[in-house]
Amino acid sequence: MENKNHLEELAYIRSMMEQSSRFISLSGLSGIAAGTVALLGAALVFLYTEVMPFSQRKYYFEGVVREKWGMDYMTFFLLDGIIVLGLALSLGYYFSKRKARKAGQKMWTPSSIRLLVNFLIPLVTGGIFCLILMKKGYFGFVAPATLIFYGLALVNGSKYTLEDIKYLGIAEIILGLLGMWYVGFGLLLWAIGFGILHIIYGIRMYLKYDR
Amino acid sequence: MKHIIKSLNKAFDNRVRLGIMSILMVNDWVDFNTIKEQLGLSDGNLASHIKALEKNEYIKINKEFVGKKPRTTYAATGVGKLAFEQHLRALEALLNQNDKEKDSK
Repeated sequence: MENKNHLEELAYIRSMMEQSSRFISLSGLSGIAAGTVALLGAALVFLYTEVMPFSQRKYYFEGVVREKWGMDYMTFFLLDGIIVLGLALSLGYYFSKRKARKAGQKMWTPSSIRLLVNFLIPLVTGGIFCLILMKKGYFGFVAPATLIFYGLALVNGSKYTLEDIKYLGIAEIILGLLGMWYVGFGLLLWAIGFGILHIIYGIRMYLKYDR
Repeated sequence: MKHIIKSLNKAFDNRVRLGIMSILMVNDWVDFNTIKEQLGLSDGNLASHIKALEKNEYIKINKEFVGKKPRTTYAATGVGKLAFEQHLRALEALLNQNDKEKDSK
C-alpha cells in the first residue's frame, strides 16, 4: 500500500522535472511535413540541374555556369534552400503549436525558448558558413555542410526536448560527413537526411508521443 | 525500516511542495506564473506552500521589476537541494526495502 504511494511520488517528481525542463509538445507531424517539403525542394534541384539521382557525379562542375528558369545556379540554390527552410520551420511550428494547445500547454515557456536558442546557435552558424562556402565557390560542400550543422543543432537542442531528436541529429551528422567525402553525392544524401529521415522519424515520434 | 521513514522529510510531505522542489531542482530562477501553470495551482495555494519552503530556507526569492511589472522568481538553495536529494534517496530506499520484504515472504 505504502509502496505504491512512494512509487507514485517518485514518478510525479520525475515527470515534473522532465516537463519543467523540456519542451515536449514537439509534434511528429512537424517532422513528416519538414521531410516532405525537403523532398520537394530536392526534386526541384534535380529538375534544375537535369541530373537524375545516383548519376550526378558531374553536375557540380557543369552546373556552376548553367542558367535556367531565369536564374543562375547560385540564386536558384539560395532561393530553394530558403523556401524549404522557411516552409519546414513554419509547418513545424504550426503542428507543435496545435499539439501544445490540445494538451493545454503553452507554446512559449522557458524550456521552449531555451530549446530554440540552443537549436539556433549551430543552425545560424551553419547558414553563414554555407553562404561563405558558396561565395568562395565550394558548391560541392554546401549540401553536406547543411546536414552537419543541422545535425549539431538537433543534438544541441535535444537536451531541452524529446531525447529522440539526438539520434536523428547524429544520423544527419554522419550523412553530412559522408557527403564531404563523396562530394558528388551531396544532394542525394541531403534528400535522404532532410527528406526521408525526417519522415521516418516523424512517423515514429507521432506513433510514440502524439496519439 | 523506522530509520528510513525518519529520514523522509516532513517539509516534502505534500504534492505541491514536491512539485515546486522538482521544478527548482532542474531550473535556475523560475517565476511564479511558470510554477503556477506547471503545477496547475491557484495563486493563493502556491503562495502558501512557497512560504513554507522559504521558512525552511529551502528556496530563495528574487524580486525585480521588468518595466513596471514586478517579477518574482525562485530558486532552490544549497540546503534545499541537499534536503530534497536526501528525501529522494529515502523514498528509493523505502521502495527497495519493501520489495525485498515481499520477496522474502
